[in-house]
Amino acid sequence: MPDVRTHLDTVTAAEQDPDREQPWADLGLKADEYARIREILGRRPTSSELAMYSVMWSEHCSYKSTKVHLKQFSDIPQETPVGKMLAGIGENAGVLDVGQGYAVTFKVESHNHPSFVEPYQGAATGVGGIVRDILAMGARPVAVMDPLRFGPLDAPDTQRVLPGIVAGVGGYGNCLGLPNIGGEAVFDETYLGNPLVNALCVGVLRHEDLHLAKASGVGNQVILYGARTGGDGIGGVSVLASETFDANLDGQSGPAKRPSVQVGDPFMEKLLIECTLEIFAAGLVAGIQDLGGAGLSCATSELASAGDGGMHVELDRVPLRDSTLAPEEILMSESQERMMAVVEPGDVEAFMAICAKWDVEAVVVGEVTDGDRLLIDWHGECVVDVPPRSVAHDGPTYHRPFARPAWQDALQADGAESLPRPTTGAELRATVLRLAASPNLCDKSWITDQYDRYVQGNTVLAQPSDSGMIRIDDETNLGVAVSTDCNGRFAKLDPYAGAQLALAESYRNVATGGARPLAISDCLNFGSPEDPDVMWQFAEACRGLKDGCLELGIPVTGGNVSLYNQTGDTAILPTPVVAVLGVIEDVTQRTPTGFQAEGDRVFLLGETREELSGSEWAHVVHGHLGGLPPAVDLAAEQALAELLVEGVGLLTSAHDLSDGGLAQALVESALRHDIGVTLGVTGDAFVGLFSESAGRVVVTVAPADGDALGALATRYGVALTELGVTGGDSVTVEGQFDLPLVEARAVWSATLPATFA
Amino acid sequence: MKVGVVTFPGSLDDADARRAVRVAGHEAIALWHGDHDLQGVDAVLLPGGFSYGDYLRCGAIARFAPVMTEVVDAARGGMPVLGICNGFQILCESHLLPGALIRNDHRKFGCLDQTLTIENNTSAWTSSYAVGQQVTIVLKNGEGSFVADDKTLDMLEAEGRVIARYVGNPNGSQRAIAGITNEAGNVVGLMPHPEHAVEGLCGPGTDGLGFFTSLGSVLA
Repeated sequence: MPDVRTHLDTVTAAEQDPDREQPWADLGLKADEYARIREILGRRPTSSELAMYSVMWSEHCSYKSTKVHLKQFSDIPQETPVGKMLAGIGENAGVLDVGQGYAVTFKVESHNHPSFVEPYQGAATGVGGIVRDILAMGARPVAVMDPLRFGPLDAPDTQRVLPGIVAGVGGYGNCLGLPNIGGEAVFDETYLGNPLVNALCVGVLRHEDLHLAKASGVGNQVILYGARTGGDGIGGVSVLASETFDANLDGQSGPAKRPSVQVGDPFMEKLLIECTLEIFAAGLVAGIQDLGGAGLSCATSELASAGDGGMHVELDRVPLRDSTLAPEEILMSESQERMMAVVEPGDVEAFMAICAKWDVEAVVVGEVTDGDRLLIDWHGECVVDVPPRSVAHDGPTYHRPFARPAWQDALQADGAESLPRPTTGAELRATVLRLAASPNLCDKSWITDQYDRYVQGNTVLAQPSDSGMIRIDDETNLGVAVSTDCNGRFAKLDPYAGAQLALAESYRNVATGGARPLAISDCLNFGSPEDPDVMWQFAEACRGLKDGCLELGIPVTGGNVSLYNQTGDTAILPTPVVAVLGVIEDVTQRTPTGFQAEGDRVFLLGETREELSGSEWAHVVHGHLGGLPPAVDLAAEQALAELLVEGVGLLTSAHDLSDGGLAQALVESALRHDIGVTLGVTGDAFVGLFSESAGRVVVTVAPADGDALGALATRYGVALTELGVTGGDSVTVEGQFDLPLVEARAVWSATLPATFA
Repeated sequence: MKVGVVTFPGSLDDADARRAVRVAGHEAIALWHGDHDLQGVDAVLLPGGFSYGDYLRCGAIARFAPVMTEVVDAARGGMPVLGICNGFQILCESHLLPGALIRNDHRKFGCLDQTLTIENNTSAWTSSYAVGQQVTIVLKNGEGSFVADDKTLDMLEAEGRVIARYVGNPNGSQRAIAGITNEAGNVVGLMPHPEHAVEGLCGPGTDGLGFFTSLGSVLA
């Protein structure tokens, strides 16, 4: 083994050799940031310290461009419609009280850049990372979901990334035994070269099992357990996630970034989950943190920063996959499937016994000290001596310039309402079919059938239902529902309204199943923060979300920001993905998606306006994006949700209207169980079928229950229109067209298999 | 009846299998891969999952787990043993059942509601069904394509040891075989998951319950 100490840069060396040239720029730091580090330390940083600051002060870890906007989420009252938040923004994930002594934690995160470079491993480790975040709160992970965005379906690079990303999400999640219960797959040309892989995880815990990431109690032992540390993922957060890709689409030309992508081992993660839950159950943990982005740099500095003392770590005790790794590399490695726990000395033996039972390697690497420094030694020599808070929490803050783009007015003036429309019944029919077969509206089962939706035996609703729903107690039938949504086209037309429309849709989807919406997590995917146009989109989206959550009375529990999603000068559509979580007291009463029986009466809840700008129709038929997005009325959304929650048991089915409008909702409802529908559309049939007005749901009730539904609609002030009746084997719009389900299914289900078979 | 469900490192459907056992009216006992102990159970279930990550051949490492010594002995002694999915793979690797499970012909993991035709109702795990009955349960795997040489396949057919066949063939299994039994009828391997179809709320109906209630009628 080479003697790495020969070239070791220690604190002593830094003091003796203060002017050594350091590669701060190559590590992604700016000149003023490097100067600030020198100021904090009163000397130049050691190479290990420089490594830590570079990853922790990266955009991905420090939110330096966005925290001035994100902080407004903390102004929203930290309580949900049913109780207090048990943990909020700043923890690994927010925790909500859902009653009966249960709490739920959920979070959505991005793994966009790694998934472009290496689709399978990028997507797989995205799942792994979010699952460890949930686990670190003391919760058992119970479900995952993956909102995905790709370039055009027929683009060669989509053929490269989509199969790999889907296989990676499935390969990792399936092997963990976590049901994948929903998500999205959206195609737009701006995501070509910038696919979005967002990953959500939901976990369940008892109130008393909540664990927080802090190192306190002098003398407590710091244990690193799980996989060994290797050379993979070094600089993932700084090199990959915080830079714009060059304008090449193959991920090959230019310097290879593949070594910055982590490699996942889902089997190790499964052991880590079971081992950690057993350790929690035995009460052996004083503080815990997962290792994700920025690896040991993040875990040690965040644990120490959140605690009441310091920490001393002997880095040479870290088990390695590659014995030649230098301390800087060990600190920056993003090797997966690792956790760090703070354990009282008397509990270490029991802790180690549980790790041994699960064949999980565990090593005491340090202890909590009474100082206020994070000290890291390498074979007895000090290589890091820093105030932990300066690494973890006191990173730079940027007030990036932002301004309404010069092109925004022209974009909004170019509405889709003036585009040529289908007029005859035959033209309407052809449009329904064309939309149903389009990439964004077609059957997604080619993707979702690669995910295990049944494991754990608690999946009440899963894709293609509006929300995913999980039973969390076998005895009482308590459950939770989650949905993720975002229409990036709406957000491009008006980021403030677009973020609220994403919130409204996700909120509505949860209520459609009968669950009461409680809180949100968000994953804010945008282009480069160095572009004032993009920063304006970001600022507007944050403002929209904050105002929206205030009006709906639900908090933001946490989330994630992904910037630099652009190739060259072309940014992605602003994509603020919103995940709403709701609770349902009795999952056996949930309202299913899709027509359930012949002869049910079909109603539309909510009002339809002539709103076609940004619609799927304008996108698919005209390749058009312009105008103003549909109007947002959150009071109406709230009233609608109240009706849907109270309507469980009365409603035999319910399906949200969103992309593709009423036409697509009817096709999906009918195809679910091959039960057709006959209906009349009053007014302009085209507008009735294809408008994407928000706040609408199509519902069915048994023939005798029309009056009961009418009373409910009156009580909540929700517009109610009777459309028709279920039955037969076609979607029939009276006076317009008759569309046999077999024909609709043929085109709806053929699109993805024809592309990827 | 006491039905032991073995947890290997990487088992995923062990809790689901225990629930199914309880729904069928039996007592579920959790067994640990590292113990040479069946805890006095009357039957054993090897659940689905990715034992030891299945980075080698599926089930190839699990067959060497300490508890498998006792499982193999008990199976040879006539105890009912059911292997579901990864459990079926482990039973093949343990040579309690012939054949092997290889990568699906479409090369992907697939999760779907799958209809089977029951072809043998004399095994320990299928007596609740009628021959020719069609049941819909969950199929989910990456390596579920059943293969054996022609001689073995002919023998299985001749001896009536194909217990269930897929309607359609979702993964390229030879002769659309979804499950088989041993000569004595006490050991059954089944690629699809009946434990995910025992309560209508969280699966495609209750057609899978019969695999677990069959056990009661045999033991009773």
